[in-house]
Amino acid sequence: MTTATASPGMALRFYRYCWLHYRRNWKGTIVISVANPLLFLVAIGAGLGAVVGSHVEALGGVSYLAFFAPGMLAAASMQNGMIESAFPVSYQRMPGRAYPVAVSTPLEPVDVLHGHALFMAVKIAIGAAAFCAVMFAFGVAASPLAVLALPAAVLTGFAFAMPVAAWAVTLPDVRPVQTLFKWVVMPLYLFSGTFFATTQLPEAVQHLVALTPLWHGVELCRTLTLGTATWAGSLTHTAYLTALALVGYVVARRNYHRHLHP
Amino acid sequence: MSDVIAQATGLVKTYPPRDKRSAPFTAVDGIDFTLQRGEAFGFLGPNGAGKSSTMRMIACVSPPTAGTLRVLGLDPATDGRRIRARLGVVPQDDALDSELSVRENLLIYGRYFGLSTRLIDERATQLLDFAQLTDKAAERVDALSGGMRRRLTIARSLINEPELLLLDEPTTGLDPQARHVLWDRLFRLKQQGVTLVLTTHYMDEAEQLCDRLVVMDGGKIVAQGSPAELIAKHATREVLELRFGIGEQAAAVEKLRQARTGDRIEELPDRLLWYTAEGDAALAAAHALGLTPVTALVRRASLEDVFLALTGRTLVD
Repeated sequence: MTTATASPGMALRFYRYCWLHYRRNWKGTIVISVANPLLFLVAIGAGLGAVVGSHVEALGGVSYLAFFAPGMLAAASMQNGMIESAFPVSYQRMPGRAYPVAVSTPLEPVDVLHGHALFMAVKIAIGAAAFCAVMFAFGVAASPLAVLALPAAVLTGFAFAMPVAAWAVTLPDVRPVQTLFKWVVMPLYLFSGTFFATTQLPEAVQHLVALTPLWHGVELCRTLTLGTATWAGSLTHTAYLTALALVGYVVARRNYHRHLHP
Repeated sequence: MSDVIAQATGLVKTYPPRDKRSAPFTAVDGIDFTLQRGEAFGFLGPNGAGKSSTMRMIACVSPPTAGTLRVLGLDPATDGRRIRARLGVVPQDDALDSELSVRENLLIYGRYFGLSTRLIDERATQLLDFAQLTDKAAERVDALSGGMRRRLTIARSLINEPELLLLDEPTTGLDPQARHVLWDRLFRLKQQGVTLVLTTHYMDEAEQLCDRLVVMDGGKIVAQGSPAELIAKHATREVLELRFGIGEQAAAVEKLRQARTGDRIEELPDRLLWYTAEGDAALAAAHALGLTPVTALVRRASLEDVFLALTGRTLVD
């Protein structure tokens, strides 16, 4: 199998297509990707948080809002990473959609992957930036390092986007994507330490949770925001998420070629 | 100018099995062809004959499994990008972005070829005029009829001024009027010297548009030549079509065979075809044998008859 060398210029051509397409579709996704997490932040963080009361020991001595907000940042970023990859990739790879059209021009499958991945990263960053702005306005940041929660959240989202894109490009239709959201996204969302400290779970379950990528994203965002980050911890989380993104990228590169130039 | 624009020798395309239980599928089974610059060339055959797979290999979106292929003098395995930059592709499913406007579809496509926005605008205006879509330029594609979409797809495929235009089943799914409009546009392109390669399972389309064609069946080429040559070689000058009342055809065929006319008789489910040099004389002979067909039609032989003679099957079931 010959794989053509990637061309950044060609990738940008597909990236520009993504924006033009998005201009027609932004209304459909802005609610779920930007408004939804913010509503959660206000309703759960500020609303429920007031009921929980502040300085509960299991939360590490901070308010529930301060505990919940950076966790939600990571979870929302994960969800955005999946939304930006699963549906669009499985849709655009169908006969007659944007992927087959692009790869019949000078673009190679790898350029389409690069252009689309860049678009995903930018969309994830926009969602995370909006969330961070509101989170910081609530006065949650306890350290100047909190600004690093933004790139941490983007990395979290991207670490999900790449493997999901690698999988979605192989799908004959979009139905399995629904299953992914029901059986993977929801459990991760609920049990990766977003809403409550995982120390409250049985020890065996805690070990299991610590293997999930979202837990690493949540821990990274939370410790950076609350000023409790350690070098060892942060590097481990970053390495884990980077590795996941890289493996996803390598598989995606292979799968894009196999499925778009079969 | 009669140089070679694409050439294949022993071309094979085998797809890997879809799942563990199925076997690999060979769609194209060792074909040779040479396409000349400036001609209109057709791949004719029923669904599943391997036409589209062949086109995808020429379009450099599907690497050949075996054999050699050269397009525009280059090797698709190493120069896919450079070849595709000089091709125009009209896929069967139109592949337009239905949420974007007509003009935006041309803009996006032009950008894929690295053309400047100004150049795309300039060409889009000419192409929309050519495709008779000037007054639809700002409309969303999902508001267009099937014929308009197909014309837009053709306009889009010309944005990079291709040397070779590949059309996969260009008029499938269109009503007769839209087909004639499309044929007219394609004929104009041919007059302008664009090399056309098309697949079709419509005989009339192949006869109208193609200078030369190959007939494909089961992944192989079963005949090739100009439409007139193929008809002369594989069919008679005229065909007499006879329809009988329900249940009477078998007896009529039997009578004709016993009469030993020396002509070929084909039985189709709804009628029989009598291949003959003189249709009217054959009809007179049928009447003389005491046959009483419900309808009788004498016509010139067509590529449909060629296909039937070569494969024993009709093209469109």
